[in-house]
Amino acid sequence: MIEATVEDRHKAGKSKYTTDRQMPGAFEGETVTRRRFMNVVTQGAGLVAAGAFGLPALGFALGPLFSRVPFDWQAIGPASDFPDSTYTVRVITIVPGIGEAGKSIAYVRARNPAIDTEKEDQYNHFVALSSRCMHLGCPVRFVAAASRFICPCHGGVYDFRGMVAGGPPVRPLDRFYTRVNSSTGLVEIGPRYSVNSELQRFSARDPGQPLDGIGQYLYPARFDTSVLPGS
Amino acid sequence: MPKLPAPPLPKALKPRPKRPGENGNGNGDAPTTPLEVAIDAGVDVVDWIDERTSLSPGIRWLLFRKVPKGINWFYTLGSATMFAFLNQAVTGVFLAMFYRPDATGGAYESVRYITDDAFLGQLVRAMHKWGASVMIILIFLHMARVFFFGAYKYPRELTWIIGVVLLILTLAMGFTGYLLPFDQRSYWATIVGVNINGTGPFIGPYLSDFLRAGPEFGATTLSRFYAIHMLLIPGLIAALIGAHLYLITKLGISAPPWIKAEEEVEMREERV
Repeated sequence: MIEATVEDRHKAGKSKYTTDRQMPGAFEGETVTRRRFMNVVTQGAGLVAAGAFGLPALGFALGPLFSRVPFDWQAIGPASDFPDSTYTVRVITIVPGIGEAGKSIAYVRARNPAIDTEKEDQYNHFVALSSRCMHLGCPVRFVAAASRFICPCHGGVYDFRGMVAGGPPVRPLDRFYTRVNSSTGLVEIGPRYSVNSELQRFSARDPGQPLDGIGQYLYPARFDTSVLPGS
Repeated sequence: MPKLPAPPLPKALKPRPKRPGENGNGNGDAPTTPLEVAIDAGVDVVDWIDERTSLSPGIRWLLFRKVPKGINWFYTLGSATMFAFLNQAVTGVFLAMFYRPDATGGAYESVRYITDDAFLGQLVRAMHKWGASVMIILIFLHMARVFFFGAYKYPRELTWIIGVVLLILTLAMGFTGYLLPFDQRSYWATIVGVNINGTGPFIGPYLSDFLRAGPEFGATTLSRFYAIHMLLIPGLIAALIGAHLYLITKLGISAPPWIKAEEEVEMREERV
């Protein structure tokens, strides 16, 4: 009986050794074909090349998320400028070097133990409120007759302490750290911080991000927050 | 794939048959009049390009295609949106020759110069400014047409998805472009817009930091918006419009919903 001796090339190709597959120039024990090797090397080199310009560009664009912004203590005047019964307006620089666009307004008054229930420490002898509405960031205005802060954009209202009295804001007005410089005797204003409805301090968040309940976990602190010692 | 018959040439493009006793008239004989020489030169140039690129079948495929019965003016809204985009691209390029993304006051001053002093600057800026609103109105009308005509259904879902991405990119163009005049309205609208982005849980704070290039509206926020507005998004929009048009040509235009498929005429044998 004569058996068919035609070689089944597909079956022969199943072996993982190139020598078994009768490839020209195959080495003993070689499993990666030259075609496959070239394929992987070329695509790998392409990936490396794309990464070589893509990753630095991406890092460059995302870098500002992680960089720590330095802050200065800015003198805003002697303590006698700031009574505890009304707010005094001070223009402060938030971002230096860009002129008017980097300026903002702080409403400053002396701490009044009769109404300010939060714990006193070295940074809140003077209460400095940010003018940023905590709904979406428009500038609020202090209306002395009503002793309220009123936002022109969407009707946010805050009471004398900056707590939400009505409208869409999600948390009380942000505050700035303040201190009295013992050598000059001037009140100085420092970095901004956020508070929840119980006036607990949190690192500065953006407007529109509630800090009550799970809010502080839904809106994590940014990487670049400046932290004051002992605050 | 079956080969489609070449569409008939419009009458105006057909070579006129030679009249008895007539000499060269563009159908083989040497051209004589200057007009014929010019036409021949144009044909030569087109032939030269076509011989090397084989573009003409593609152009025929794109331009001479069958459209269903019943199409109407509503079907031009997509093209209208595209022309609004082209208007934005062209006027934007020329505005960029004058604009300075300088947050210390140069941006506002350069826009004031374009509007008040530059020759035709007011016109070009107004075309860009009003064209932006026109484009957004047209893109929504186009979307409404596609929705109410049911043109998003199989097999055109991907065309719809790309269209939605184009809509989002167009809105992002509006958002980033709004800051560029750098007046009070731009500044506060951008503050509000960035903070709306920031209200997204978990990624919101990082998204608004990315848009502002930092925790506060800073020195590079304006140039960042400018780069996104004139480099990043226009490139994406142009590429996606290409994909959108390819799919439209590939899949054909859908008939309006009130057009019924023609029924086969049934042959009946009449017996008397």
